[in-house]
Amino acid sequence: MKPTDVSDPQYYHKVVDCQWGCPAHTNVPQYIRLIAQGKYTEAYMLNRDSNVFPGILGRTCDRPCEPACRRTRLDGEPVAICRLKRVASDLRGDIEDLLPRIPTQKNGRRVACVGSGPASLTVANDLLPLGYEVTIFEKQDRPGGLMWSNIPQFRLPPAVLKEEIDYILDMGVDLRLNTPVSSMQALLDGEMGDWDAIFVGSGAPRGKNLEIEGRYDSERIHIGIDWLESVAFGHIDRIEDRVLVIGVGNTAMDCCRTAMRIGGTDVKVMARKSREHFKASPWELEDAEEEKVEVLENHSPTRFVIEDGELVGMDFELVDWHEGEDGRLRKEVKGNRIIPCDTVILAIGQETAFPWIERDIGIEFNEWDEPLVDKATFQCTREGVFFGGDAAWGPENIIWAVEHGHQAAISIHQYCQDLPIGDRPPYGMNLVSRKMGLHEWSYSNDYDEAQRQKMRHVQLEQRLQELTVEVEEGFDLQQTLNEVERCLNCDVQTHFTTNLCIECDACVDICPLNCLTIAPNGDEEELRGRLSAPAVNLAQDLYVSENLPQTARVMVKDEDLCIHCGLCAERCPTAAWDMRQYDLEIPYAGLEAGARHPDRVGVLAGSDR
Amino acid sequence: MSWIAKPRIAHPGLPKNALGLTRRDYEGGMSTLCAGCGHDSITAAIIEAFYGLNLPPHRIVKLSGIGCSGKTPTYFLSQAHGFNGVHGRMPAIATGAVGANRELTYVGISGDGDSLSIGLGQLAHAIRRNVDLLYVIENNGVYGLTKGQFSASADVGSKAKKGAENLQPPIDPVLLGLSLGATFVARSFSGDKEQLVPLLQAGVRHRGFALIDVVSPCVTFNDHEGSTKSYIYTREHLTEVTDADFVERMPEIRASYQPGEAIDVRLHDGGMLRLRKVAEGFDPTDRDRAYAYISEGLRDGEVLTGLLHVDESALEMHSVSGTVETPLVDLPFEDLCPGSDALDALQQGFR
Repeated sequence: MKPTDVSDPQYYHKVVDCQWGCPAHTNVPQYIRLIAQGKYTEAYMLNRDSNVFPGILGRTCDRPCEPACRRTRLDGEPVAICRLKRVASDLRGDIEDLLPRIPTQKNGRRVACVGSGPASLTVANDLLPLGYEVTIFEKQDRPGGLMWSNIPQFRLPPAVLKEEIDYILDMGVDLRLNTPVSSMQALLDGEMGDWDAIFVGSGAPRGKNLEIEGRYDSERIHIGIDWLESVAFGHIDRIEDRVLVIGVGNTAMDCCRTAMRIGGTDVKVMARKSREHFKASPWELEDAEEEKVEVLENHSPTRFVIEDGELVGMDFELVDWHEGEDGRLRKEVKGNRIIPCDTVILAIGQETAFPWIERDIGIEFNEWDEPLVDKATFQCTREGVFFGGDAAWGPENIIWAVEHGHQAAISIHQYCQDLPIGDRPPYGMNLVSRKMGLHEWSYSNDYDEAQRQKMRHVQLEQRLQELTVEVEEGFDLQQTLNEVERCLNCDVQTHFTTNLCIECDACVDICPLNCLTIAPNGDEEELRGRLSAPAVNLAQDLYVSENLPQTARVMVKDEDLCIHCGLCAERCPTAAWDMRQYDLEIPYAGLEAGARHPDRVGVLAGSDR
Repeated sequence: MSWIAKPRIAHPGLPKNALGLTRRDYEGGMSTLCAGCGHDSITAAIIEAFYGLNLPPHRIVKLSGIGCSGKTPTYFLSQAHGFNGVHGRMPAIATGAVGANRELTYVGISGDGDSLSIGLGQLAHAIRRNVDLLYVIENNGVYGLTKGQFSASADVGSKAKKGAENLQPPIDPVLLGLSLGATFVARSFSGDKEQLVPLLQAGVRHRGFALIDVVSPCVTFNDHEGSTKSYIYTREHLTEVTDADFVERMPEIRASYQPGEAIDVRLHDGGMLRLRKVAEGFDPTDRDRAYAYISEGLRDGEVLTGLLHVDESALEMHSVSGTVETPLVDLPFEDLCPGSDALDALQQGFR
């Protein structure tokens, strides 16, 4: 194998599994370290740099970081990253003074955002400090998009949502509520103002329908996201006793749990497939079942049962699924079953809808009626018009919308300066040794065997009484202290300097996870087979050094299970191994990599013990 | 965060031996030797060797004397029996232990100071008695624990850290062993586990005294330019005369080597030692020729490694003394202490 190039910021980035897994590349290990030191405000601000909404995401994030967490591969459970984010948000001090200063002298560029969800808000957050004037058009009477309308209050309290949206609005957003954009042509023609760039962050607002017998014969059949929106805006405050929720994604979870709080006594979630194919996040499914929602699998709906004009039930095929030779699932019908109910909520997916964008103005759509959007620049086929969030490629989640917002803001800034938007600003990195003494490191390097802390929930009776009671209570101090120590400090990298190595084997011998090997070089596949322990996880890289000075063999490190305990560096007589804290420098609109925190190195190096 | 213990968490894919144990089960406490010490590598090789031999850790006895080497048994086999004796006296203690219980497996760890200076007489007699023991000399050419004075194995011309040159001739443990009639003599290097591990395994399986001299660089006092026991010097001057594969109880010999390239030695317990890459003109079963070959190599500044002499036919201590097979601890009291009448009868026989 060729020697690994660790000067490429992305190599060490990939070692920090959580940060690599996070669409916005939040610096998770460092904010967990700050929480461990009680520096909640700093932890919050570090989060805010990349994910903009730590309080909201600390409760609602889809957490791609957690399945990625290295800890999962060691003791089965990831660090409760999301919950710790909430700790930082809950316990932070006043941050108003730490937010970017907004210049009073504007730069003369005006940007229109359609929709006030997380993508548009992120665009505003990134552009306002640069002197842009940003106008957001929102069809509802309050900002937030699906964060407001689709996430129930028992998961995300309105106060948390409002506070974080206000941080951005207070930077000087020109927010036009109750102002739907009904024509892109009109927006482009200057009928709603003159714009240098337009950002479409209007989400994926159309819930999928289920066109089967009886669909339009009752008023008690609802589309999930519309129904949730009606509940959020107070238009609906009751539901009948027996409710069937069709679909088993996260919207279905929000629907069934909401139903349990406004009158539902017998709420069933109906899934076509079996449990391993459920789309809902495991923790949301767990919470729903804890609230006595029944989940039935392998029930495929065939018709609504209507008697005397009333919905009385729903007919399902009972099915088994078999994997065909082509790898696709095929169903075998074993019979049918009518399940009585009073109301049905359809939560089987959602899609984008652009009835307001004319098809003859240079914005091209594909065969599924989705706009053609460039994956890197977020620009559509018409110059100066950008898409992000669910509006770009269909439903994702908040953290993706935030990252889309950051990238679109970079494009808009480049576009407004007449720079090519395809030239993406490079990432940077910083590496600082954490060595303090002969056997001392300035990070908590010992492996802590603590198990993942369980979130405490409000008593079942209490939470079902009211829609607004937040279910999760957050971690207490002791839980926080236990959980932060579970973090493996993957950002503190094992950094190797080849020409210092005397090949004494001390590092190889001490490594508790057998990550290290000194061996003759070879092809990756072959090399993986003759390491100290089998390197079977192909998703994880092998680090390979230059040829070692004495024997011309190479130092190989399997990154897969390294717990970053620093023992290799501690037992290294020549400091060929060193533990260096890695900091990914992320570029934002108008801010080169590292520009936001030029003093970060000093802060990191001297901050914690 | 000073000096953490090695975390107990292990690689989930670690292989298990016939006893269902992983390498980690053969480890000991954290080493307090200098970072990069060759002794720690030997410790790791010992762990690997015993793991590979499928020996239950609690049936092993580890013994040592004084010095950096004397500390090392703490760092492997924490479930084994241990005895840390006075300086240079480990061979006597080992002799007693082996005499009392022949069912256990014995490993003695010594150093060049412990074996070749203060304990030379002890070592000589353990060799002579052919005590059934694996005896490892962790040889770094200096007294590390007392700040790096030349030891009895320092080569003529080798320089101390401050530049002083050694003028006294060294005692070579391999030549010493050969001349005293040792039945298993090997030399290896702490930085070459591929060679060391099978040698250790063969030494454990050898019935009798197995002497392995392991060049083990002292990173703190003897790893500089001018040293003849540094990592780099050893690597540059190392010549492997035999490459040993220890094959446990192999039913038949697979003919994978050209004739003349390999020599097979059947061990007493049925195990097989296959020596390959044997240097031309070298025969490890011929003591006299081995002695000549090695002393010639030493004169030329070569560090000859591998299994240098093996003699499976010699009688070990128990056979010579005709001792009882049962460990003393398992003997009924009446047999162990047959009473004054038996003593009188015995004494009568000497009159």
